[in-house]
Amino acid sequence: MGTKDYANIRSVLATDCGSTTTKAILIEKVGGEYRLVTRGEAPTTVEAPFEDVTKGVLNSIREIEELRGRKFLTDDGERIITPQDGEDGADIYISTSSAGGGLQMMVAGVVQAMTAESAARAALGAGSIVMDSLASNDNRLPHEKIETIRHLRPDMILLAGGVDGGTIKHVVELAELLASANPRPRLGISYKLPVIYAGNDKAREPVAEQLGEKTDLTTVDNLRPQLENENLGPARDKIHDLFMEHVMQQAPGYDKLMAWTDAPIMPTPGAVGKLIEHAAKLNDINVVGVDIGGATTDVFSVFDGVFNRTVSANLGMSYSMSNVLASAGMENIVRWVPMDLDEQELRNRIGNKMIRPTTIPAELEELKIEQALAREALRLAFEQHKDFAVSLKGVQQQRTIADAFSQEIAGETLVDMMSLDLIIGSGGVLSHAPRRAQSMRMMIDSFLPEGVTRLAVDSIFMMPHLGVLSEVNENAAVEVFDRDCLIYLGTCIAPVGRNRPGKEVLRITLEMPDGSKIDKTLMFGQIELFELPEGEKAKARIEPRRGWDMGEGPGSPIETEIHGGVVGLIVDARGRRPMHLPEDQQERVAKLTEWSQVVQEYPDLDISRKAAAG
Amino acid sequence: MAKRRANVFTPGLKVSPETVVSKERRLPIPGEVLVKDGDRVQSKDVVARTELPGKVQMVNVANVLSLLPGEVPGAMLKPEGEQVTKGEVIAEKRSFFGLFRGIAKSPMDGTIEAVSRITGQVTVRGKPSPVEVEAYLDGDVVEVFPNEGVTVRTKATFIQGIFGLSGERHGRLRLLAKSPDQSLKADDIPDDVEGEIIVGGSYADHECFNRVAERGASGLVVGGMDYQDIKAILGYEVGVAVTGNEPLSTTLVLTEGFGHIGMAHTTFDLLSKSAGRVASINGATQIRAGVIRPEVIIPLEETEAVEAADAAEEVVGIDAGSLVRVIRVPNFGRLGRVVELPPEPAVLPTESKARVLTIEFVDDGERFTLPRANVEKIEER
Repeated sequence: MGTKDYANIRSVLATDCGSTTTKAILIEKVGGEYRLVTRGEAPTTVEAPFEDVTKGVLNSIREIEELRGRKFLTDDGERIITPQDGEDGADIYISTSSAGGGLQMMVAGVVQAMTAESAARAALGAGSIVMDSLASNDNRLPHEKIETIRHLRPDMILLAGGVDGGTIKHVVELAELLASANPRPRLGISYKLPVIYAGNDKAREPVAEQLGEKTDLTTVDNLRPQLENENLGPARDKIHDLFMEHVMQQAPGYDKLMAWTDAPIMPTPGAVGKLIEHAAKLNDINVVGVDIGGATTDVFSVFDGVFNRTVSANLGMSYSMSNVLASAGMENIVRWVPMDLDEQELRNRIGNKMIRPTTIPAELEELKIEQALAREALRLAFEQHKDFAVSLKGVQQQRTIADAFSQEIAGETLVDMMSLDLIIGSGGVLSHAPRRAQSMRMMIDSFLPEGVTRLAVDSIFMMPHLGVLSEVNENAAVEVFDRDCLIYLGTCIAPVGRNRPGKEVLRITLEMPDGSKIDKTLMFGQIELFELPEGEKAKARIEPRRGWDMGEGPGSPIETEIHGGVVGLIVDARGRRPMHLPEDQQERVAKLTEWSQVVQEYPDLDISRKAAAG
Repeated sequence: MAKRRANVFTPGLKVSPETVVSKERRLPIPGEVLVKDGDRVQSKDVVARTELPGKVQMVNVANVLSLLPGEVPGAMLKPEGEQVTKGEVIAEKRSFFGLFRGIAKSPMDGTIEAVSRITGQVTVRGKPSPVEVEAYLDGDVVEVFPNEGVTVRTKATFIQGIFGLSGERHGRLRLLAKSPDQSLKADDIPDDVEGEIIVGGSYADHECFNRVAERGASGLVVGGMDYQDIKAILGYEVGVAVTGNEPLSTTLVLTEGFGHIGMAHTTFDLLSKSAGRVASINGATQIRAGVIRPEVIIPLEETEAVEAADAAEEVVGIDAGSLVRVIRVPNFGRLGRVVELPPEPAVLPTESKARVLTIEFVDDGERFTLPRANVEKIEER
């Protein structure tokens, strides 16, 4: 593994072993540039009768063989050929994984809103699910905490607490709790549970006294060395290492898979986070990314350079679909469905998708239902993210007279929809929606962007692959990300405000790339689509009516450049905080149908649109 | 390069008249294994036993007695390892030449496990609770994991379900449906079903399940049930399919899914033939992270078992001629034989592109093309 020349690789095979499907991509150097060549996928084979993740990997690569017309597997079909040998094989093979439930952690810190929150941030940033967050002040009695630790059986525990050199009592108390609980890992009873200590450096010895024998304890730098600072890197890196060493070893077939890869297997969300952070840094913009999977939905954000990730463990499009229904409530799902539905029947369909997660909608009605559920899963996941992505709490703020007016306080959400520049959607329901307009509508309806916001999707769900590739060859990852990964859907213009139907919301004047001009006034409750191809820009003057805000204050006009995309420019005059959906069922279905027609969302509405246009 | 067709691997549910079933029976923490390799065991026999460490309570003696943590060990009346009873004084502090006395008491019966001079906390651990693992199957012990448990193996009729509730139980199978398409109603349940596993047809509702439970049956095996009825049984919604620990007195196994869905004929025939036999049943379902499906296992007498049952089973994908079941609307639940598997992706009515296959329905011979992902293979051995 160490002898390869990673800077001069000619071809890369990468897989992402998701909980439902294993996705493979092939990247080749074409005319001096790295480009995505083809992709393949196959059901993940962690389940019986296969119980070996590599079967799904080989199947997905076999599909690439067929499509590329080149050989990538050995004659017996049991191994990947690396490095490339003439026309056969690829120079390197890498993989990410979220199969087998991903990485499940428990975190602990002294103060819930401070070190415990930082510990959760480190765990989430590393791509983990946080099963529980313990803190000295979480209002649970010691024996209740112990019961929780014993019951949950995490893959590993991250223990933080105290600033460097501060008091050690509380963090040692937590170590005593852990020692008393003597926690067992989720998989394999003969293993000691990995515990990472990333707290007050003065407490290292007493913590080791408590946990050294009972657990597999590793110590890293304090993740909150001072109240004002987080230092999450060392804890994050150690989580990745232990994920490989302990968790992956236990999952069926992973020992084999680990031997095949040229770089350590990364948890899927960790790899996606890397890519999103990269996109924000490269263009100096604020970005929200979302990856909606079968079991979980991950939300990533970078605002003013601060990265945050949350994972909504039970919001997803297959395994967790029933939980989306349970969390959102039937009425919130139905509000997005442009037809009458039998609730009993709908519940059964959702239940059946949960227990047979690999099935796909074969009819248009089924697709509409799935996309309604996706809107709610995305909305709920984003709400959780906004609650979590906050400024550091417990920090003494130096205030000037200017701050007194801005009223900024520690612990406020960092997610500011008006200053958001780009939303990137990823995951099957967004990346593989039959029409891109469907993805754009789903993201607008669930995230409710404000002002001027660009939207993009990960074309074929390859951000995880590129995230792990960037560990080996950043240049190749960047090239493919820019050229082949992101598909710009277009831009959404949405003023903030509320009104009564039929009232004017804004006037927009567009100077199109061909020199033509468009002048349009939108009424409350309207959506309008303007075609503006990908790569092209239009000059826009937007004049919000009184009480409506485009970011410069109510009623103030803005002038800006609008980027095009495969869908175009969507002006959304349905209002914000909140967005307006009619309560009456008939009225709502009529509105949903109207909006779908405007953006040409579904094929069954195309004809009526043409008829209307004619 | 020789063109190889990617196999279709849609995991199907296993339904087999004769197969070898092996079950690992492990303790949650190390303990004592009570049987030997080669022993014949009955389903209710205890094969391994251990003691789960007792519950823990913490007493912050430093706070209670206003001591520095370092002074706590000196104030202890009961040293580490000593047994204490609830309310017993475990530490004291005397001041003013012994005139004033502060005391700290044990919150429960147990043992002093630890005294911390850093935090001033005292850990009291309660009595351990026994944990026993039963054999679950009538069969042979074929492997012993020292201190952990055993593998029990038996030749059996084996039926995997798709979703279930509650854990392991045993009972005699009793068929109450005349056909796989018959719905079972609460009124169909006779009085004398105690300890039995009831087999229905296509459907049962929560009232029927509750009747089965009230009359003391061990389990109910049925094709489908409305998703809403699961909530009615449990009192809460199952958001993520991880089940098995529901505190019900009766185990539920759905063989097909949610709604009215005729039980697969193979499954129904096997259950009919096995009526009157003792079966082991488990509703535990986990669709993520190491899939677990609910199951009905009917151990066979030695003389009935076939030699071939021991042979390693070859895992094959779906091919032309395979018997499959449609597992998503439209035509959900219907059986068909695969007639064609075109290699090129096709455009669906949703405009998605997906690999498809064409099947011929077993009941009316009509042909139907659908995504490969929407069928599951029916094992025919």
